[in-house]
Amino acid sequence: MRVSAKAEEILEALWIATEEEGMPAADLAVLGVEADDQGLVELLGLSYVDLEGGLVSLRQEGRDEARMTVRRHRLAERLMMDILDIQGAPGDDRACEFEHLLHHGVDTKICTLLNHPTTCPHGKPIPPGECCDRARLDGRVGVVALTELKPGDPGEIAYLAAGDVRKMQKLMSMGVLPGTSVLLLRTYPTYIFKVGQSEFAVDEELAGEIFVRRGQE
Amino acid sequence: MSVLHKEDGSDRKIVLVGCPNVGKSVVFNSLTGAYTTVSNYPGTSVEVSRGHCQIAGERYQVLDTPGMYSLLPITEEERVGRRILFEEDPFVVLHVVDARNLERMLPMTIQLIEAGLPVMLLINIIDEAERIGMHIDIALLDEKLGIPVVGAAIGRKRGLGELRQAIASYQPRPATFAYAADLEKDIQRIAGLMRGRYRLAARSLALLLMQRDEELQELMRAGEGENAAAVAETVNAVVFERRVDLHLRISLERKRICKGLLAGVISQRAGGGPAFAERLSALTMNPWTGIPLLLAVLYFGLYKFVGGFGAGTVVDLLEGAIFEENLNPWAIAWFERHVPWYWLRELVVGEYGLFTLGVRYAVAIVLPIVGTFFIAFAMIEDSGYFPRLAMLVDRVFKRLGLNGRAVIPMVLGFGCDTMATVVTRTLETVRERILATLLLALVIPCSAQMGVILALLSGVPGALAVWVVTLTGIFLLVGLLAARIVPGERPMFYMEIPPMRLPQPRNVLVKTLTRMQWYFLEIFPLFMIASVLLWAGKLSGALDWLVGALQPVMGLLGLPHETAAAFIFGFFRRDFGAAGLYDLQTNGLLDPVQLTVAAVTLTLFVPCVAQFLIMKKERGWRVALIIFALVTTLAFGAGWALNRLLLVTGMPG
Repeated sequence: MRVSAKAEEILEALWIATEEEGMPAADLAVLGVEADDQGLVELLGLSYVDLEGGLVSLRQEGRDEARMTVRRHRLAERLMMDILDIQGAPGDDRACEFEHLLHHGVDTKICTLLNHPTTCPHGKPIPPGECCDRARLDGRVGVVALTELKPGDPGEIAYLAAGDVRKMQKLMSMGVLPGTSVLLLRTYPTYIFKVGQSEFAVDEELAGEIFVRRGQE
Repeated sequence: MSVLHKEDGSDRKIVLVGCPNVGKSVVFNSLTGAYTTVSNYPGTSVEVSRGHCQIAGERYQVLDTPGMYSLLPITEEERVGRRILFEEDPFVVLHVVDARNLERMLPMTIQLIEAGLPVMLLINIIDEAERIGMHIDIALLDEKLGIPVVGAAIGRKRGLGELRQAIASYQPRPATFAYAADLEKDIQRIAGLMRGRYRLAARSLALLLMQRDEELQELMRAGEGENAAAVAETVNAVVFERRVDLHLRISLERKRICKGLLAGVISQRAGGGPAFAERLSALTMNPWTGIPLLLAVLYFGLYKFVGGFGAGTVVDLLEGAIFEENLNPWAIAWFERHVPWYWLRELVVGEYGLFTLGVRYAVAIVLPIVGTFFIAFAMIEDSGYFPRLAMLVDRVFKRLGLNGRAVIPMVLGFGCDTMATVVTRTLETVRERILATLLLALVIPCSAQMGVILALLSGVPGALAVWVVTLTGIFLLVGLLAARIVPGERPMFYMEIPPMRLPQPRNVLVKTLTRMQWYFLEIFPLFMIASVLLWAGKLSGALDWLVGALQPVMGLLGLPHETAAAFIFGFFRRDFGAAGLYDLQTNGLLDPVQLTVAAVTLTLFVPCVAQFLIMKKERGWRVALIIFALVTTLAFGAGWALNRLLLVTGMPG
């Protein structure tokens, strides 16, 4: 059952007003809609919301849908800003358009790609989805930067993200390649890790550009 | 071919290649014996060692190339390494690898074979691999690779005979390694288009062109002529199609090939526990134990061995017993008797005479100090301690706009700032080189100067501490400020940490002798020039004038007028100046405050003339003059401020 984009916008604003800002209901003006708005009519028809004296409140039946709508919006923001690097107002605008496409498991894929983020770029919480819960239960951490490992932690290099091509080549020619196992030995004063029988020292900046899949002991 | 070689009088060439820390220089020394020449490779600043050896009646020239990780060069050293491979027409290219890291180093072997070079693989340090339970089936790898493979532990004299035999019977055997089909197709697309004749195989050239190797683009343009545009177009097309992951793809393909080659070759059993070297290695990298260890190294290596033994015992013997008591009086007496001209007597045996000052300083004072320093430096270098020191100081050095790597020229600066300025070349960015050059010129005292200053300050309690604290403070302050002012990219730090090893006496000796030879050839003439300039200055009165001009400045620092001469000398040799102060102190002309101020100012003051000339050569006139002006201002400014401070606080003494 999918609601329209317009209805999603209303649910989202309603969730923020009631769940995050603690108001019992939201004024029509706050939601920016008229009483005869198509989206609102749709939500009333689904019994997701109630309308009483110009105040809209979220019903139990609509909570799930509202929560997931907010989640999709904030995931879209993260995608725009972290991966596509579209910052500021244009990023917000694109995210608003994009969020409506994140259905049918696309949100789960993006959530996994982003490694289950918990907050949006503006610092607001992203309601966790099923994928996040499952990852937490399995203790999966996905791909993290080398800086996230603790000394003694093993891992496997997933990819290198150094901005400078020459630095990438240097790392690769030294044998720091995706698919190789690494063992982090020290994190201070610099990062020391072991690949095969060799040890390498890299600074924090470069360590942050080596992404590893955390290994199982 | 080999007959032709002999007819034009040139020997067959053995070129050693490999990553740093695989024991290449040990292999080089074992093959060549004592006589080695180290010189800059023509047109570059990279040093290459050459030597000769005789195997089965045939004479070979052996070349040791700088450390190289890949055929696609990133640093100046790697570029030179590659040029040597293709310009020297080697009889055999000996790729030296560390047995423990065979899997990681084999991709380079593949690249060398791919380039059509006559490759032979030397799997070195095999004893260490065995100790950790690794077994390598050399014969099987030989067969799979299609080139001769020798397993050895050259440092332990194991496998040297086999290596020599394999060289004597070397026959080039061409081999190819197939990449994945799609990559092969692209390689062929480019290689098939090329019409020119090159020293490296078309396949290898195509791969390097795909990886945007600028030097080879030039080569291709020259080799292809009119065809060049077509080749470049195809290369661009391939590069664009593979824009997402070309470098990675090639690296991964090579890794896959190597995995296949090594299947069944390496077998791993459980090895022994961590050896002493590994435990020591961990201790050097932990700041809590690493810093005390560093202080111990500095105390025993620099203070005791260089300062105590070199600058004390050996200098006393050479200078005191040989020059002052025997040679000098004898030379002076001989000249008095046989040379009627005052000016010539002054030139050779006078106060600033070529012999009495120049030779005496160079041979009896500076040489033992620098010599002992180079021994200590080579031992630290060969033990693998420097990369550990580099990682330890990286955070601090980052604040100074440098990275941990810069610790090597900085430590070398305590031996000879001039040589250290040359070594700043190994730093990657121009910005780092400028910053390191500035800090070397300003704060790092060379061993000759430090020897005298330590002796000078040892009599005054607290003076040495003030000197150390002031210099450290200025080092950090100037470094912090300079890092903010000098433009350029932020440095990055990455370094391989080689295993710790016991230095081999022979290697230490060869390194020390090579450095001392360089030092003597470069510096000795400058001693002579300095003596002549001082002599001319004395006779013409120019020296007096200069000293007179500097006297008011000395007044500002609260120093007696006589110190002006020490500062003038200081420019000709940093240690001349310090020695000048030493004379003043022995004559009781300096009180403790004056002594401390003078020692600090002199250490900071303009580097010796040799260092200035090298700065000009390495960094150009503009940068050298700016550094000169900056250092002079800072030295006297700091001296003035320190004098005020010490007078107010009543320290030291």
